[in-house]
Amino acid sequence: MAKEIYTKYKMAKYLRKEALPTALCPGCGGGTVLNAFANAIDQLKIDPRDLVVVSGIGCSAWIASPYFLADTLHTTHGRAIAYATGVKVGLPDKKVVVISGDGDLAGIGGNHLLHAARRNIDITVILVNNFIYGMTGGQVAPTTPFGAVTTTTPYRNVEHPLKIAETVASAGASYVARWTTFHVYQLIESIKKALTVKGFSLVEAISQCPVQFGRRNRMKTPAEMLRWFQKNSVPISKAKTLSPEELEGKIIVGELVNREKPEFTEELNFLIEEVAKQYGLGDKNAD
Amino acid sequence: MIFRGDEPEQIGLLKKLYPKGNYFMQGDEAIAYGALFAGCRFYAGYPITPASEIAETMARELPKVRGYYIQMEDEIASIAAVIGASWTGFKSMTATSGPGFSLMQENLGYAVFTETPLVLVDVQRSGPSTGQATKGAQGDFFQARWGTHGDHPIIAISPTSVEDSFWETIRAFNLSEKFRIPVVLLADGIIGHTREQIRIPDPEEVEIVYRKLPANEEESKYPFGDVHGDLVPPMPLFGNGYFTHVTGSTHKESGLRDVYTPEVHDRLVRRLHKKLEVHESEIQKWEEYYTEDADILLVSWGVSARPSLGAVIEARKRGIKVGLFVPKTVHPFPGRRIRELSKNVQTILVPEMNLGQMVLEVQRFVREEVPVIGVNKIGGVPLTMEEILKEIESSAERSRHRSAD
Repeated sequence: MAKEIYTKYKMAKYLRKEALPTALCPGCGGGTVLNAFANAIDQLKIDPRDLVVVSGIGCSAWIASPYFLADTLHTTHGRAIAYATGVKVGLPDKKVVVISGDGDLAGIGGNHLLHAARRNIDITVILVNNFIYGMTGGQVAPTTPFGAVTTTTPYRNVEHPLKIAETVASAGASYVARWTTFHVYQLIESIKKALTVKGFSLVEAISQCPVQFGRRNRMKTPAEMLRWFQKNSVPISKAKTLSPEELEGKIIVGELVNREKPEFTEELNFLIEEVAKQYGLGDKNAD
Repeated sequence: MIFRGDEPEQIGLLKKLYPKGNYFMQGDEAIAYGALFAGCRFYAGYPITPASEIAETMARELPKVRGYYIQMEDEIASIAAVIGASWTGFKSMTATSGPGFSLMQENLGYAVFTETPLVLVDVQRSGPSTGQATKGAQGDFFQARWGTHGDHPIIAISPTSVEDSFWETIRAFNLSEKFRIPVVLLADGIIGHTREQIRIPDPEEVEIVYRKLPANEEESKYPFGDVHGDLVPPMPLFGNGYFTHVTGSTHKESGLRDVYTPEVHDRLVRRLHKKLEVHESEIQKWEEYYTEDADILLVSWGVSARPSLGAVIEARKRGIKVGLFVPKTVHPFPGRRIRELSKNVQTILVPEMNLGQMVLEVQRFVREEVPVIGVNKIGGVPLTMEEILKEIESSAERSRHRSAD
């Protein structure tokens, strides 16, 4: 089966053949995100040798690690961005990408997400938000909609979801966008922008999980979930004209932030050059 | 020998910045300078007493030698960044104390399982919990060994003085690089904050070890395989086009995850243990004082080893045949040597600043007839020579009575 996928699919050259087929459930949005990421890499003509992909724990962490054929670091739960910080400082000329889920990056790893955005370190984060802890069996997540049913909110969720993209934007990221797996082409374009922007970039990809989320919330099939994304999405330009009541339960899609500001690893290297010069490094005839 | 390929420049620089000679500094500072001489060029940490001076020294000194200092948002992030940096080739370090060490345990396990070289300094302080935050202690002996979950090996080293901190930090880096394993440096708040004279050597006097890299494309395909028969796989660093996959899940020799085949897990975890067992003699290090004819043996580590030595010298003056054994590598514990020594002694005393931790390791190796007695003190104040001497004398008294019976 793996062989068949490998020969038919155009982007398969970017995949780790021996790791296929994927462990993702039928109808999972993870495949769409992997596809979008591979297409973005292909269109930008990024050599996968110049890429390090870091992920945490959970379904979405599997999207690029192990499946994407690059250096991949599959880390502990919630810590992918912190690991990626060390990788980026060591390899400032490479593209360092974090692909993981909402529970991983915004739940247990929320602190690292905020501080990486504040530092404005040149890492691209693709945060796959499926509103649920999928791999552990469909428990409530920090992104689960108010009132939704999960295995740990069997009556209904009484917590309010975290607005990830807005939070990261205000924490200081250079680039923030949000799309759903229904908006495939826009998603590819945003991933491309995120990869080219210097500084911390986040693409929140709202993704369907029919098995753990949809099934319990009257959307049994992937198609039903995608239709929900289509109906509920509001472009950011239009959202600005709507009241908070009108936006209740809607998914605001588009680019939230695209700005230039000093980037962490570059600033760190400027500082080091400054100090090192002062103390004689680089001036080999000093002794 | 500092940066691979960059040594002459780095050596010249170290010589200029820290000319050899006598310095007066804290244990924490000595650890930082040891790291610089060992080739550490990446430090990520989070401030905590009594380890903060290591971070402060690294923040000040690292940029001078083109090294990187990052203050992360917490201890978990610190060790995570250190692991990430190590996979790009940096010799990397973090330092913390009790509660921070607890936070680092999960990722320490990740580093063990992915065979990532790094040095984790734990400047032990009094606990549990926040305890006496500013006071030294020796309560993390078992946290270093068993803090993370699962069956796993670890190397832990404990220095006994400020100068010793410098050299043992270098040894920690070398062991870590040589065997691709995180090494815990179990320092303590008392040595960490004590100022003493230390001799800084010429960088040429310092032996530096580098991790083994894949010799060719074929070797790079087995980042977790015993390709050389020495149980230490070459480490294919990120950014070299090897497409290395690193995961904290049970993995095959290729790095790919396999959590379903019992043999894969068994093979991997056993190799990790065997890696240390086979090389035990290179890893273990200890000091012995007056052990040849000793009737009473003291076994003491870290900060407690020094008043212990004082007490031994004083007791010898009073005609008591007492010796001292100081493990410098505390894990894997040099129990075999203690077993040998125990054959000729009547009593073993174990002075340490806790309610009895290393004493349990000593007991495991000693036959039942020899009483192993802990000399314990807590409260944040180090054991004194007199306190230990008193225990030696009463042990000597007891033995006299026993032989008179």
